[in-house]
Amino acid sequence: MFRPLDDKGGKAVAIEIEGRSQIVPAASNLAAALLSAGFSPFRTTPAGAAPRQPYCMMGVCFDCLVEIDGLPNRQACLETVREGMHVRRQQGAAAIGEKGKAR
Amino acid sequence: MAERHPTSDFVVIGGGIVGASIAYGLAKSGEKVLLLDEGDVAFRAARGNLGNVWVQGKGATSHAYADLTRNAANRWGGFAAALQEETGIDLHFRRPGAFYICFSEEELERRSGMMASINEHATVRSEFETVGPEELRRRLPEIGPEIAGATYCPDDGTANPLFLLRALIKAAAGFGATYLPRRKVVSLCRDGEGICIETEAGTFHAGRVVLAAGLGNGKLAPQLGMTAPVRPVRGQIMVTEKVRKFLDFGTNFIRQTVEGGCVFGESSEEAGFDEGTTLSVLRETARRAVTAFPLLRDARVVRAWGALRIMTPDGVPVYQQAPGAGNVFLITVHSGVTLAPFHAGEMAVALRQNRLDPDRYLPFSPERFNVQAA
Ligand SMILES: Cc1cc2nc3c(=O)[nH]c(=O)nc-3n(C[C@H](O)[C@H](O)[C@H](O)COP(=O)(O)OP(=O)(O)OC[C@H]3O[C@@H](n4cnc5c(N)ncnc54)[C@H](O)[C@@H]3O)c2cc1C
Ligand code: FES
Repeated sequence: MFRPLDDKGGKAVAIEIEGRSQIVPAASNLAAALLSAGFSPFRTTPAGAAPRQPYCMMGVCFDCLVEIDGLPNRQACLETVREGMHVRRQQGAAAIGEKGKAR
Repeated sequence: MAERHPTSDFVVIGGGIVGASIAYGLAKSGEKVLLLDEGDVAFRAARGNLGNVWVQGKGATSHAYADLTRNAANRWGGFAAALQEETGIDLHFRRPGAFYICFSEEELERRSGMMASINEHATVRSEFETVGPEELRRRLPEIGPEIAGATYCPDDGTANPLFLLRALIKAAAGFGATYLPRRKVVSLCRDGEGICIETEAGTFHAGRVVLAAGLGNGKLAPQLGMTAPVRPVRGQIMVTEKVRKFLDFGTNFIRQTVEGGCVFGESSEEAGFDEGTTLSVLRETARRAVTAFPLLRDARVVRAWGALRIMTPDGVPVYQQAPGAGNVFLITVHSGVTLAPFHAGEMAVALRQNRLDPDRYLPFSPERFNVQAA
């Protein structure tokens, strides 16, 4: 669905999306990289478990939340990809505290 | 160009939770009501508060206030259900009771003593328990190890104050009231039998006026020969991202919303009309929140704000009917969320009868401030 404007084969990095390795352009915006990879939905809502995708792409709507390297509720549209980054879908509300970590 | 509106029976000035509760109560019982509100630049506690329906500890210096609060809290369930039926808006009202978290044994002892003494004087019953640290950990598994205990009162509850305000205005309109924002009242004067109200956008005439403009009452009341002894007391509040449910009860300064965000704040600051936030207060508030519930260390704060409480010298509401002509009423309270069922119910009835019964309302008259300080 999405096509990069510049795909002349610059540098690339490997990130992990839901446990699956994915090669993405280095220094790309995480939300953009996930969208290009067909990742959907990014999260489900805490109240009604409805699926969500990035909406504003500029840090306002919080619809792009994902779990990054074990940290919940990160705004993907405000992150840059890093080699070895682990991204998971944000399912509902984040679990915090010991019980959350033991999950 | 100034618009000219026909005379309304009742004009309520101030569209916060207090004014909207009154407008709703009056409109529901068939009165023709106009609700005038200032715009987005106004001081609006209704949009910045914690949303507790709070009973415990209220009325330490006034048993009439303790009774008023207890009655209002007891009516909250029916009040929320009626508003939901009328508007389709769920106020997220819950009443599991709440804990007042004490950080030291002395604080717990002082607090229990204060609560017991209120119960000696109040006539409406409200029980409380003093809960020691072990028992508290059983009931609130996430409570921190440094917490000394809590007082628990089953009559406390929580609601979403923004949904409350929206529902009140929507329901009032549904019963025929007119809500006009961006109509800051700039002057008031008596005009024959009625009152002439000049706003920044139009002049209005009222048979009766209810002053419910929060901090705005300070300037409005003197124009009709009354005084509203109010001062702003700032509170700073933070809200976290939505996290999984861990707090099934209310507490005095942290509440987890139905959606999962934690709203917390407890500062009481004399900061004039400055609504801002300060790093030192936010840091201390966050420190105490994490001491109370250590798992909050992992939760990110997504927003912080300051809001101004509308405080009378003794913290007790002021309800006053203008002497003489009697068609002007002054209403100034701090806990407008808690007292909403009272304002929409009994207070609206009194306003319709054009009479604040002196026996009932004497404890709330501003005359009490005229007694010379010893
Ligand atoms: C930090 C904080 C925490 C709180 N927590 C709680 C709580 O947990 N539980 C609880 O019960 N209460 C709480 N409160 C109190 C509660 O928010 C208020 O009692 C409630 O907002 C009702 O106030 P109000 O309607 O009188 O005033 P406001 O909400 O301030 O509304 C006043 C309205 O009058 C309007 N106005 C002002 N001047 C004029 C004018 N000249 N002409 C026309 N309109 C005018 C303004 O636009 C505003 O809409 C808290 C308050 C604060 C600040
Ligand atoms: S897409 Fe809106 S905040 Fe990220």
